[in-house]
Amino acid sequence: MTEKELVCVVCPMGCNITVTMEGSEILSVKGNTCPRGEAYARQECIMPMRILTSTVKIEGAVHRVLPVITDREIPLEKMEAAMKEVREVSVSAPVQVNDIIIENIADTGANLIASRSMDRI
Amino acid sequence: MRHYQAVIIGGGSAGLSAAVTLKENGIEDIVVLEKDCEPGGILEQCIHNGFGLQTFKEQLSGPAYAERYVRMAKDLGVEIKLNTMVTKLNSDRTVEYTSSLEGIQTISADAVILAVGCYERGRGAININGQRCAGVYTAGQAQRYLNIEGYMVGKKVFILGSGDIGLIMARRMTLEGAKVYGVAEIMPYSNGLPRNIRQCLEDFDIPLYLSHTVTKTFGKDRLERIELMQVDEHMNPIAGTEQYFDVDTLLLSVGLIPENHLAEDAGILMDPKIKGPKVDDSYMTSIPGIFACGNGLHVHDLVDFVSLQAKRAAEGAVRYLKNRADRGETLNVGPGTNVLYTVPAGVHPHDAMENVEFFFRVSKPMNASVIEVRSGDKVLRTLRKKKLIPSEMERVMLKKEEIASLEDDVTISVSEVEG
Repeated sequence: MTEKELVCVVCPMGCNITVTMEGSEILSVKGNTCPRGEAYARQECIMPMRILTSTVKIEGAVHRVLPVITDREIPLEKMEAAMKEVREVSVSAPVQVNDIIIENIADTGANLIASRSMDRI
Repeated sequence: MRHYQAVIIGGGSAGLSAAVTLKENGIEDIVVLEKDCEPGGILEQCIHNGFGLQTFKEQLSGPAYAERYVRMAKDLGVEIKLNTMVTKLNSDRTVEYTSSLEGIQTISADAVILAVGCYERGRGAININGQRCAGVYTAGQAQRYLNIEGYMVGKKVFILGSGDIGLIMARRMTLEGAKVYGVAEIMPYSNGLPRNIRQCLEDFDIPLYLSHTVTKTFGKDRLERIELMQVDEHMNPIAGTEQYFDVDTLLLSVGLIPENHLAEDAGILMDPKIKGPKVDDSYMTSIPGIFACGNGLHVHDLVDFVSLQAKRAAEGAVRYLKNRADRGETLNVGPGTNVLYTVPAGVHPHDAMENVEFFFRVSKPMNASVIEVRSGDKVLRTLRKKKLIPSEMERVMLKKEEIASLEDDVTISVSEVEG
């Protein structure tokens, strides 16, 4: 039996979670304050998942770049592949918050969406 | 001179929340003065997620969180003057500002809300030996370049200070293709949130050097190398522990200070423990009708609490605008053992408003602890906590009736207990 100490990254509370494992089987999850914490801990032991945030080039807007975010967590190991796609894309203002910028980024099932609106100027 | 019911200085998370609250309470004649070309403040460059869990029950990026408040303010018809820099606040509640559209102007108000945010401690505050070469930035400055202006400040990076912005920039620069060699923290513990240590450093195998600091920079025109040394318990570098990193960029994440010069120049009484104005339970400063909130009052770790506090400051302003009667005796609320500061720092027992929530921070990391709120000999509250760290703000609420019955000053203290 092994114990794994985790810090939950789901929200800024940052709960300390203890996962007890037997081989690859999870026996118990303790220390979380919400069900999302338990789900995080279970997932973290199998395949860590993270939200990706970055920026993409935009033309015709007040700034040169537009902040973007994945609409759900993607596997940590796919971050680099996802960033490759982020660097290649360029959009045109106007953009509305939550507009899809890249569909199914790095084949993760998640969409990369706009973090904010930017008017055309 | 144009007169307003209320002037709000700053159009970031605090200012927008205050403006929305004023409008919702029927205070119509208000204006927000914002120095940037758009409202939103520092949130616009905080493109990572984790904002809004308390306020909206959702995880939003900084810009998305800001956009919600910008939209609320616009829907309520809040006037926001952009590219407008406030140059002086006077004790008679006149405000001087300048903008390219209007030139130099003076306006007056029945109430002024300071929502001015904070600034970063820079290289000058920490005395690193070396020439004044390019390549040394504060973390927030690099964040603005990268996330708003679209420029990378360097390719080989070292970060001094484990504050949250430094940690977030370590991940951000790594994702954008830079090599981050490490983060040094002079204290034996990190000043960032544990979740950021996990997802910004450990996820990318970036080492965290605790009890270490950068002692020297090398490079004439551009940074070429830094010297890292371990420090002893008095934070003095230990000879023989020198390590060298060939980097072109050093980011400093060594603390934030409320942007306090407007308040100081107006003659507002400052609280040296928070480096912002001293406020009472209605968030009013020592000058009647001038209120303060957000990071311009004390530095927060979560924007949700900035919005909440700004809402309370605006409610304080609404109350003041409707009834300016003297609120009677003030009792101090201050830090006791192991507590850095408390906000607000005063209450009025003869005019207890409502329940009052106090924000405070512990002065060092602590295990199983008891928080004790005391007034003279009377213990008002004891709360048990499993773990307390300085980077996480704590809160405790006192009921209206409790405040009404207070006779002595209040202190909040923390002590460690067995298991």
